[in-house]
Amino acid sequence: MSILSRIRRRRPVIPDGLWMKCQSCEEIIYTKTLYEGNKLCPKCGYHYPLSARERIALLCDEGSFVERDAYLIPLDPLQFPEYLDKQEKSRSKTKEYEAVVTGVGRIEGIATAIGVMDFGYIGGTMGSVVGEKVTRLIEHACTERLPLLVVSASGGVRMQESIIGLMQMAKTSAALYRLRQARVPYISLLTNPTTGGTTASYASLGDVNIAEPKALICFAGPRVIKQTIRQELPEGFQTAEFLLEHGLLDMVVPRPELKATIARLLRYLLNLPVAGPEAAA
Amino acid sequence: MITFDFEKPLVEHEKKIAELRAYAKEAHIDVSPELASLERKRDQLCAEIYANLTPYQKVLVARHPNRPYTLDYVRLMCQDFLELHGDRRFADDLAMVGGFATIAGRRIVLIGHQKGRDTKENLKRNFGMAHPEGYRKALRLMELADRCRLPIVTFIDTPGAYPGIGAEERGQAEAIAVNLREMIGLGVPIICIVIGEGGSGGALGIGVGNRVLILEHAYYSVISPEGCAAILFHDSSRNQEAANALKLTAQDLLSFGIVEEIIPEPLGGAHRNHEQAAALVKDAILRHLDQLASLSPDQLREQRYQKYRAVGVFTEAQQLLAHPAPS
Ligand SMILES: [Zn+2]
Repeated sequence: MSILSRIRRRRPVIPDGLWMKCQSCEEIIYTKTLYEGNKLCPKCGYHYPLSARERIALLCDEGSFVERDAYLIPLDPLQFPEYLDKQEKSRSKTKEYEAVVTGVGRIEGIATAIGVMDFGYIGGTMGSVVGEKVTRLIEHACTERLPLLVVSASGGVRMQESIIGLMQMAKTSAALYRLRQARVPYISLLTNPTTGGTTASYASLGDVNIAEPKALICFAGPRVIKQTIRQELPEGFQTAEFLLEHGLLDMVVPRPELKATIARLLRYLLNLPVAGPEAAA
Repeated sequence: MITFDFEKPLVEHEKKIAELRAYAKEAHIDVSPELASLERKRDQLCAEIYANLTPYQKVLVARHPNRPYTLDYVRLMCQDFLELHGDRRFADDLAMVGGFATIAGRRIVLIGHQKGRDTKENLKRNFGMAHPEGYRKALRLMELADRCRLPIVTFIDTPGAYPGIGAEERGQAEAIAVNLREMIGLGVPIICIVIGEGGSGGALGIGVGNRVLILEHAYYSVISPEGCAAILFHDSSRNQEAANALKLTAQDLLSFGIVEEIIPEPLGGAHRNHEQAAALVKDAILRHLDQLASLSPDQLREQRYQKYRAVGVFTEAQQLLAHPAPS
């Protein structure tokens, strides 16, 4: 492959044309088909990223989601170079104030505390606002005894908040300790990519951990590992399927089956009356 | 001993002292007044240099190969130490040590990252970078401490959790995450001390305590200055700027309320005087053990929870502010 075509491959998919080339299989696909569906390649099933709002629309019963803490806004505690500028750019790009949207919605009728990360906002990184919103959501789930679902898509702790960002790992995990003590169930859905401090805190702590096919899930990124060990990484290393094989996930679920699978899990976790496939004698 | 560029005036001054000593010996004359004056000046110089270290110079000091490591503190501080091994699942990670210890007559469980001083020892200790089994061993010992009602002291000194194939296969992220969750629930006092490098999640993995203390020239950061420079400036040599930006010094951490106390180091850094460094650390441990002794298990849990619950800097806007509705 020429260098140019390799660069083209890496270029993000820009959905303004009628037709586009799939990032994964390189087949030409009709852009509208991709965007009207669940953003799956109609040819190879590649899972294109969803924004937080798209994910909520996919998982929640229509119109059931009520957002919480929507107005938490990041500051710049370290006066880190270009941080405010990055916030502004991400805000105008994603139309979100921060990298997570939290609230309560219904999944096949089951009221659930839901947090969804948005990779578009500074790479879905966790700073003070993400940590605070996720913690408040967990605390709300705990007091209202609502099952918790967190959908992760994150580059880890936000470098621009350094130690304050790092401590959000401890803060969110502390809240999960209390949720667990209260015996309120938690499902973690890991999507492409979930890395670093996010994986090393709430994303790994579900009673049930689910991932989307082929999602990159790791603590240290492949580049860092390659630099450290100075050898090639095995094929499929750190994909959802790799994690499933190594006992770190309960299941890998394709996007079209996600909602029904989560609802089925919730009915078991909450011991609700049977419905759907488990009702069949 | 390795000396740094910024210690050049100090090194030159010490050369002068050595020359004077040699001359005095050779000429059989008494130079003790001159020597005392030169030594006083050296101490002054040393204090001045170390009071004005830049953030990146502090990172270098924190990584000094002669800096006391966990087992050095154990040897100098504890009258007894009984090391325990293994995570009961996969292996014994030698980058993480722990066991029962007695300090000034008091029993504790002491856990810490362990670096090696030479190549051979570093191979064994993996440069203080633990695998998942290290974090799982640490948790096993902390849970044991909880059952025995013994306070826990952890020593943090790691460039980071090890980034390798085996570490990922065995769930490095999960091991750290579980520690963060479970350390909140322990009913005994936990004192965490950053003695050298506080490398991100690998440091935090044994770093959730009622008290977090840090040595004067240690650092604690989400990423190394080198790693930050590579991402931020696409140039890993701009590590000084990165170190400044990350606000990673003990003094920064105290100002953010992340640590409760800075433990002073001996003149010219802990690497110049292990005994004195250990005495200062020991004093801090005993003081904080005393402070926490009166708290019940539930009070300890609550204090720890609230300490972490409070960390975060953000604002809450008025609902009137236009919300950027999804387009
Ligand atoms: Zn495709």
